[in-house]
Amino acid sequence: MIKHLPALLIVIPLLVAIITPIIGRLHWVLSWYAVTITTFISFVISLFLLQTVLVQGRISYWMSGWKPPFGIEYAVDYLNAYVLIIVSFMALAGAIYSRKNIEVEIEDENRKPLFYMIYLLFVTGLMGMVVTGDIFNIYVLLEIASLTGYALIALGKKRRALVAAYNYLVMGTVGATFFLLGIGYLYLMTGTLNIADLAARLPEFYQTKAVFTAFTFIVVGLSIKLAIFPFHFWLPNSYAHAPSTVSAVMAATGAKVAAYVLIRVMFTVFNPEFYLHVPFNIQYILLILAVAAILVGSIMALAQTDIKKMLAYSSVGQIGYIVLGISLMSVTGMMGSLIHLLNHALMKGALFFAVGAVVYRTGLTSIENLRGLGKKMPWTMAAFTIAALSMTGVPLTVGFVSKWYLAVASIESGMWWLVPIILLSSLLTAVYFWRILDSIWLKPAPGEESLEHGHNSHQTPVKSNDAPLTMLIPTFTVAMLCLVFGVFAYAPVSLVEKAAMILLK
Amino acid sequence: MIELLAKYNYWIVIILLTTGLYGVMARQNLIKKIIGLNVFQTAVLLFYVSMSKIEGGTAPILINHGHGPQPLFDNPLPQVLMLTAIVVGISTTAVALTFVTLIYREYGTIEEDQILELNKHND
Amino acid sequence: MEIIESARPVYAILVSLLAVVLIGISGKYPNLREMWTMLASVLKFGLVVSMLPTILAGKVIEYHVTRVLPGLDIAFRVDSLGMVLALTASFLWIITSVYAIGYMRSMDEHAQTRFFMCFAIALSSAMGVAFSANVFTLFVFYEIITVSTFALVAHEETSEAIKGARKYLTYLLGTSIFFFLPAIFLTYNYAGTLDFASQGILSGKASYTIVSIIFVLYIAGIAKAGMMPFHSWLPSAMVAPTPVSALLHAVAVVKVGVFTVIRILLFVFGIDLLSKIGLGTYLAYFASFTIITASIMALKQDNLKLRLAYSTISQLSYIILAVALLTPSGITSSIMHITIHAFGKITLFFVAGAIYVTTHKKNVSELDGIGRQMPFTMAAFTIGSFSMIAVPPFGGFISKWYLIMGTFEANLIPILIVIVASTLLNAAYFLPIVYAAFFKQSKSGEVHGIKEAPVLMVVPILMTAAGVLILFFTSPLLLNLVKIAVAGALGGSY
Repeated sequence: MIKHLPALLIVIPLLVAIITPIIGRLHWVLSWYAVTITTFISFVISLFLLQTVLVQGRISYWMSGWKPPFGIEYAVDYLNAYVLIIVSFMALAGAIYSRKNIEVEIEDENRKPLFYMIYLLFVTGLMGMVVTGDIFNIYVLLEIASLTGYALIALGKKRRALVAAYNYLVMGTVGATFFLLGIGYLYLMTGTLNIADLAARLPEFYQTKAVFTAFTFIVVGLSIKLAIFPFHFWLPNSYAHAPSTVSAVMAATGAKVAAYVLIRVMFTVFNPEFYLHVPFNIQYILLILAVAAILVGSIMALAQTDIKKMLAYSSVGQIGYIVLGISLMSVTGMMGSLIHLLNHALMKGALFFAVGAVVYRTGLTSIENLRGLGKKMPWTMAAFTIAALSMTGVPLTVGFVSKWYLAVASIESGMWWLVPIILLSSLLTAVYFWRILDSIWLKPAPGEESLEHGHNSHQTPVKSNDAPLTMLIPTFTVAMLCLVFGVFAYAPVSLVEKAAMILLK
Repeated sequence: MIELLAKYNYWIVIILLTTGLYGVMARQNLIKKIIGLNVFQTAVLLFYVSMSKIEGGTAPILINHGHGPQPLFDNPLPQVLMLTAIVVGISTTAVALTFVTLIYREYGTIEEDQILELNKHND
Repeated sequence: MEIIESARPVYAILVSLLAVVLIGISGKYPNLREMWTMLASVLKFGLVVSMLPTILAGKVIEYHVTRVLPGLDIAFRVDSLGMVLALTASFLWIITSVYAIGYMRSMDEHAQTRFFMCFAIALSSAMGVAFSANVFTLFVFYEIITVSTFALVAHEETSEAIKGARKYLTYLLGTSIFFFLPAIFLTYNYAGTLDFASQGILSGKASYTIVSIIFVLYIAGIAKAGMMPFHSWLPSAMVAPTPVSALLHAVAVVKVGVFTVIRILLFVFGIDLLSKIGLGTYLAYFASFTIITASIMALKQDNLKLRLAYSTISQLSYIILAVALLTPSGITSSIMHITIHAFGKITLFFVAGAIYVTTHKKNVSELDGIGRQMPFTMAAFTIGSFSMIAVPPFGGFISKWYLIMGTFEANLIPILIVIVASTLLNAAYFLPIVYAAFFKQSKSGEVHGIKEAPVLMVVPILMTAAGVLILFFTSPLLLNLVKIAVAGALGGSY
């Protein structure tokens, strides 16, 4: 049984996904239970996998017993196990959270079980992408995750969600098809689709145009999925108009998995050696795009009045950080990127969860709407504040850890000029979160403006109308993790260090 | 020069690729975009399939249940991979068309510029 | 140097954090709530004092809390330099708490619970800075002070207060993020560690250019030290209630700032390195600029608190000037002035608050004849002023004496001119107030009997004024502590 864990990770959710709508016919809550239990099982499996990897090193699982490179291999090493835990944990948090959230955001009773089915398939696709060791398998699972993703976004209440989903579909499919094209070139040159095997066979072809073309297509395709500037246009609308659970889980997992695939391709399929043979300076291009993403993301976020859109643009900037770490091509830089996968998942997840709770109670997502919520929804706003402080990079939060590694890596690589950019975007982040925090905590709620501030110590008690527990617990837990891993950063960092060293040897 | 022309399969792929992409980007009608997307995906399908053809090879079906000498076969793997890709393509098209139907129901139009206009007015 | 492991520094910090919770819960019972503050402040001072004998014996207390990342630890190290700051801040917290209670109650201020909670957090963090063993820990607590004092500056919640608080936050956070943080990155990159060490951690690790860049970044990044051009937050913060201005902007926030400068100069760069590159001299001249300019600006202020604010900016740069001289006497002066100026300035601010509470007057021009109405208060003011001007037998004389000696030791005679000029300027903006208070008739010609501020405010005022005198006479005691610090900085030769 234990031997088959990598496969079970995919098979169990897949099977449950099929029966979910059937169970849901009785009552949609049963679907919720099914999904929550399944994601929990997946999370436990991912913990087992991590433990196994820590003890015995890379796990190699042959699907149906067919030996790679002819059979499909599931390969779990430090990097996979790490990303897998992030994905399965956030999927679990999202599942718990979704119960109340979709009550409000998906009104049609019949749709709710379907939502859960699609959600489970989405998670399956993502987890599969992370565990598999076969590059075509990645494409297939990528498309599974993408299609279900499009559907999830389209379930948003407003009709704009449909347009956003459509646009994402078009861009995403183009990206995935480029990815497929790239794989084709790789297969053409090496005759294999297994990642480990590709890594062994590609080096002799590094000089060829075909391999370089393959690399380009793959990277461009993944960049679209990853929403790297300038391919990020689908992201703001998609995150903004999707149901809040979807925004949260997608922000926390989708981009991370795409980043993972990019890292896998760039550093496992292709060796760092490849970049010496390449006609133009990939490192430099990625660096410029990363910086552009960071700046554009931060600046655009400032201009938004809808908070979900603001968080979406902020995500574009954060993805820029991840690419920045990758482009530095050093162990420290990679560590920064990898730790930011975890950190951003936690921070953005908490933020979107908190916003969803606000939507649940008030139905609106404009920044204006958040005035005075500090009194009405103290716990939710506390979680939001912690996550916001973390985004700014306050020490002892998780955001600081990422920034520390990226800054140190930048200086190590001699690119001092990156440090002011990182700090500038921190400052911009501080500004746009400050406005919101100011609104939440220091302004009276609309309707209470007539209360005098003055030299009196009387305070009319304000009703606390915080989010329901199934929403509050995931939100607050994730926010607390932003602090926990900010202080006890050593655990994830040591794991990430091992992964980074293997990638960049 | 002849050699370049001899690789006509790749030329077809290139033409379809660019045509498809052009359709996706330049057309305002949502359905036309989907058509462009399909053409684009077809290009990649053909790329793989043409990759699988080996000079002098035949369809990869075992003769005589595998007993005895076998002729030279084309590579079956890319063809099989493309079966998967075709399925993916169809699913994508199906989802896309569903979206278009719903969009039409909500917006009354499937022209991108009109939809953007309507969205702007709603702000 | 013997190292003792003890969690006492952590306890000193935690005492007030615990108080925060208790204060929060007791919000509805003002007397209970105030008791927590008083209890915490006394306990804290007690804990700090209990570590004094160990430090005086030349030992050092260390405690490692946790490792956040490789190279980034939260760790504490109590040495004599930290002791000076800790003793000053914790002692003055006791007194200020009494004063604050008096002030807040007389003015019937709102949100007193929040006020006392933030006060406690700020003081915890000041202890944290004093006891930091490395730059990272110091930075964390430094920032916590910024955030907790922000709420205090914005306390009045008027639009003026919020604007002032925003400026405060912008300057402090802005310089921290843009200058202090990169300095930390660079230090870590070149030195490989962030732990404080006697001779600094950067010698031989980087070229002089790079060291200079890091130096500039630190100086620019430590805006709490009030050096121009990043000084504007100080006057803006005067919108806060006077207890806040008194403790935080005469003692806790600004002294944390100069302490940080001293700590980094001596324990990250080291005297040798700085002398070799000559950075000390540059800093000395740069500080001189602030000293003179701030004094001139003080002359122009009519609002009493603003005048005191600019005086503080000027005095802070004295401290920086003194340490920039990089000589034994200079460093002695700088560390002593942390305490001496604290007592003097806090007296002056206390008086400003007392005047406001009793008469609602804010400006110097309104203060004619007030000495007759509030003799004790103005006597204290006189003592504080004389300490600022550095007249014996008041504390300020001692630190200025050492400063002048330091100037000779460093052979920077032009600085002497700066010191003389600024002393004259100090006299020019303090003496007229004293004169007007006692020797002029009050403008409206009314004759009041003695009508002092409430007792809870007058007693602290008299205590800190007495402190100024006592410091003069007991300066050898303080000197003992400071000598250990100086010896440590110089590598054991004094």
